[in-house]
Amino acid sequence: MACMPITRDEVAYLARLSRIALSDAELDHLAPQLDQIITAVGQVQQVAAEGIPPTSHATGLTNVFRDDEPRPCLTPGQALAAAPAVEQQRFKVPRILGED
Amino acid sequence: MELTRMTAAELSAALAASEVSATEVTQAHLDRIAAVDDRVHAFLHVAADSALAQAADVDTRRAAGERLAPLAGVPVAVKDVFTTENMPTTCGSRILAGWHPPYDATITQRLKQAGAIILGKTNMDEFAMGSSTENSAFGPSRNPWDLTKVPGGSSGGSAAAVAAYAAPLAIGTDTGGSIRQPAAVCGIVGTKPTYGGSSRYGVVAFASSLDTPGPFGRTVLDTALLHEAISGHDPMDSTSIDAPVPPVVAAAREADVSGMRIGVVSELSGDGYQPGVLSRFAEAVELLESLGAKVSEVSCPHFGYALPSYYLIAPSEASSNLARFDAMRYGLRVGDDGTRDAEEVMALTREQGFGAEVKRRIILGAYALSSGYYDAYYGKAQQVRTLIIRDFDAAFGQVDVLVSPATPTTAFGLGERADDPMAMYLADLCTIPSDLAGNAAISVPCGLAPEDGLPVGLQVMAPALADDRLYRVAAAAEAALVGRWGQPLLASAKGLTS
Repeated sequence: MACMPITRDEVAYLARLSRIALSDAELDHLAPQLDQIITAVGQVQQVAAEGIPPTSHATGLTNVFRDDEPRPCLTPGQALAAAPAVEQQRFKVPRILGED
Repeated sequence: MELTRMTAAELSAALAASEVSATEVTQAHLDRIAAVDDRVHAFLHVAADSALAQAADVDTRRAAGERLAPLAGVPVAVKDVFTTENMPTTCGSRILAGWHPPYDATITQRLKQAGAIILGKTNMDEFAMGSSTENSAFGPSRNPWDLTKVPGGSSGGSAAAVAAYAAPLAIGTDTGGSIRQPAAVCGIVGTKPTYGGSSRYGVVAFASSLDTPGPFGRTVLDTALLHEAISGHDPMDSTSIDAPVPPVVAAAREADVSGMRIGVVSELSGDGYQPGVLSRFAEAVELLESLGAKVSEVSCPHFGYALPSYYLIAPSEASSNLARFDAMRYGLRVGDDGTRDAEEVMALTREQGFGAEVKRRIILGAYALSSGYYDAYYGKAQQVRTLIIRDFDAAFGQVDVLVSPATPTTAFGLGERADDPMAMYLADLCTIPSDLAGNAAISVPCGLAPEDGLPVGLQVMAPALADDRLYRVAAAAEAALVGRWGQPLLASAKGLTS
């Protein structure tokens, strides 16, 4: 892992998982950059942190509740106003299941 | 006096005394935008009609004898990451081009309720990822000190608007330094409030545990006035802190540091710092000491790991947050020709809708969160975050505030770091620790670097919910420095005059 933390194939795989259709030219450009960035951020591994709890956020707030009361919300017209495609007062989306 | 040269505090007083109308003030700023924005490109959208309508409303209410808030009739520019009901919100991204959000961010609402006049939406690095505005899909903004330099980022449009006298005040967001770094390199004041002190509701999310809205102004007092107007608990944001707003305006007016304990962070200095930045910073520290502060050196041993920790945590959160841009409910949709399924349409849309830096960070975040790498990268970064918080806790046991340069260098040239991500990331070297810890920090101008004549920012950091200390120190430094210079620093900016 020392010299090559991420390969071009791994970048292509992560891009697929991230739903980004990278071109070959972009992959050629991004893969070495990501390799350099991951090598740099990998410095965190030098820190002795045995037994140190992780911090996910700094406020210390947990379980913020509010009363479950009805209140005004967006109308269907407002909610659908920016939709790429609408049909019968619903978001119209491309098919989500494959042929097979 | 020219209306666009007045501070927000001066405009507020003149408006309250009916020496000038909100309509006149607004028109003067719209005229200034028309005169300079083809060169500065601070704005992505100028809302002339709604600004003048808002101003007319303020004038009517004032004429009717209504008691108005201090910022009533004072113009403000808003970073294009805040949702605005009747204006576009793009986040500097093609994926949101032309989007009109169906609701206002809490901060947008609070500005409107205060009677502040929203001039328009300012340019930014796409989804607030960057330090130069060069990652905006709509072209970069330019630094009013020198149009060949970047204005910093990601809130570079907001900083450039204020430095160009196109707005007396502006709102930005700070995730890794995106308010303080542009403020520093544009020679103005910018604050990252305590995390949770200003609402994130209606702020398009980048890294939710770090994103913090905050104010820009040309003076410390102006910045405090805007800080106070936008702050306070918001039930719509589950990470909003339910506590009184620190007395920032009173602290800015007092401007007294006598007896305050100020710690200079040893780790935020040395290699990689421009000599002129370090010399101006050292002078500012001496000045604070001469004003009665007790200065000592303080070590924060883990700050050297803040940058790598941040560039694991922020991209990890971004990779999750930006999954919402799926081409289904709003925003761009590409390739929906009836032959492709939803996944293919998503991938094509995100390919064409996102710029290079956003793609880099999504993939980096996905990597850091993958099984097998999670403990070594994201998990470790979160532990380092704890150690940085402990460094701050130990330091604030000894001193009231910490100081450092706000940035390692002055404004760099457009294009200079555009395709070198690691060089770009270094711009946030000094600002990241406060984001990771969620405490409060400000950048205030402390002079020009002798080697390039560009502004240097002094950063002051304070414990969470002690935001008032920032203003006390920054206002004291500002008063003494402006006294020494004989005029505000910005008066020597030449980018728009030559």
